[in-house]
Amino acid sequence: MKKIVKKHPLAIRWFHWINFPILGVMIWSGLLIYWANDVYRIGFGDTTMLKFFPDTFYQALNIPSRLSEGMAYHFVFMWLFFLNGIAYVLYTIFSGEWRYLAPEKKSFKEAWYVLLHDLHVRKTKPAITGKYNAAQRIAYSAIIVMGIGSILTGLAIYKPVQLGWLCALMGGYKMARILHFALTIGYVLFFLIHVIQVAMAGWNNFRGMITGFEVKKIKDSGDDVKTTNNP
Amino acid sequence: MANLFSNIFKSNKQLSTEQLIAKKTFLSFFVFFMMMGVAVIGWKWLRRQPVESGKTSAPIRKILNTNEEIFDGLVSDKRLTKEYPVSLAANPARVNGNIGLKTVLDSNWAMNVIKANGDTLKIKMDDIKKLPKTEIVFNFKCIEGWSQITHWGGVRFSEFMMAYGLSDEMMMKYLGLRTPDKEYYVGIDMPSAMHPQTLLCYELNDKPLPLNQGFPLRLIIPVKYGVKSLKRIGDMYFSQQRTPDYWADKFGYDYFSGL
Repeated sequence: MKKIVKKHPLAIRWFHWINFPILGVMIWSGLLIYWANDVYRIGFGDTTMLKFFPDTFYQALNIPSRLSEGMAYHFVFMWLFFLNGIAYVLYTIFSGEWRYLAPEKKSFKEAWYVLLHDLHVRKTKPAITGKYNAAQRIAYSAIIVMGIGSILTGLAIYKPVQLGWLCALMGGYKMARILHFALTIGYVLFFLIHVIQVAMAGWNNFRGMITGFEVKKIKDSGDDVKTTNNP
Repeated sequence: MANLFSNIFKSNKQLSTEQLIAKKTFLSFFVFFMMMGVAVIGWKWLRRQPVESGKTSAPIRKILNTNEEIFDGLVSDKRLTKEYPVSLAANPARVNGNIGLKTVLDSNWAMNVIKANGDTLKIKMDDIKKLPKTEIVFNFKCIEGWSQITHWGGVRFSEFMMAYGLSDEMMMKYLGLRTPDKEYYVGIDMPSAMHPQTLLCYELNDKPLPLNQGFPLRLIIPVKYGVKSLKRIGDMYFSQQRTPDYWADKFGYDYFSGL
């Protein structure tokens, strides 16, 4: 027998899917801006291991010479990113959903088990407390902290004089720009892992983010025989 | 499929769990794809809007103007750009543009100040140097994204205005500056121009400005991106309307470009 089990509230599904294209526009317009002074790299001394970004990357995405357009879109869509993010955070606080998201004491240790399990090193299935496992709790809380970080570092480089105190707090103008960029790389990595995990977790879990429910198979006695692990 | 369609209009109580799952899944995905469609149409609409100046369209420009109103209101004499010790100043300072500097400088250079009543004052370098000198070491910020601590000297724009009795002009909303060849020009809101750190600048690192830094006289306006710090001032004028601005008018950059 099958059973419908409620998982994601409607509000969270909306915030999630609204954020997706908005963050996309922010990253795209951010690239248009970054191109004009693309000085970051990973390396040591004069040796560059990874340049942000290679010319082929810029050409492929049609990035060059669009600074003013990038700034215009960035400073329009920043409002949507900000408002949707604030609404999401306030909703999780007032609905009590934060309880499912906030890491617990044991989460930091258990997150390793999740990692080992997902890499097929460890066989034991990690525990899900509430809606998410330990690694999810850490990841989904970290992404909120990152969002706040993007807004603060973004404001610091947007108005470094009028918000001089904030610029100083973010480590100064140059450091704030580095942090703002690094956070964006963080989103891209988060996105990649997130999508892989969703694909691995399967249809039932993915459908949950759209319909709000998951389907569980139960024996006639009513005991769960299968629960899903989900990103 | 036909069953699913008729089930959509049945109440949940009439349906088995399987049918209910199918109905709810279908409806949710329907709304999901509809909203994706709305987002795509909205984006295409935005991208289709005719561009005004350079690369920005009316709806985008409207929101940017609102941003300006919000952050322009923050500009005050009390909020100052951070200053640094002289020892941190770059020498030589980075040179990043020569628009308006391509012609040979007239040896008889004087700044033309076009007053509100139409009269023109011709002001020589010696006269400007008679006014009290102010130095500033600050992090010069280019709109491209780089920044550099640099050391400038000159007369405060506000003190220059007082000294030449330009009180009517101070009351006007916008300042305009252009190079002698009129190739480069900037428009600046008066509160930012009158900010105590805005200089009519003639020295870089304690020496007269090099030609490529705007000799003999340039603007240094730390509350804005470097594009507004026009090199080699030819004319100064005032208006109640926005004065022309090279990067805003031609390429769609933000007129205010405030920091």
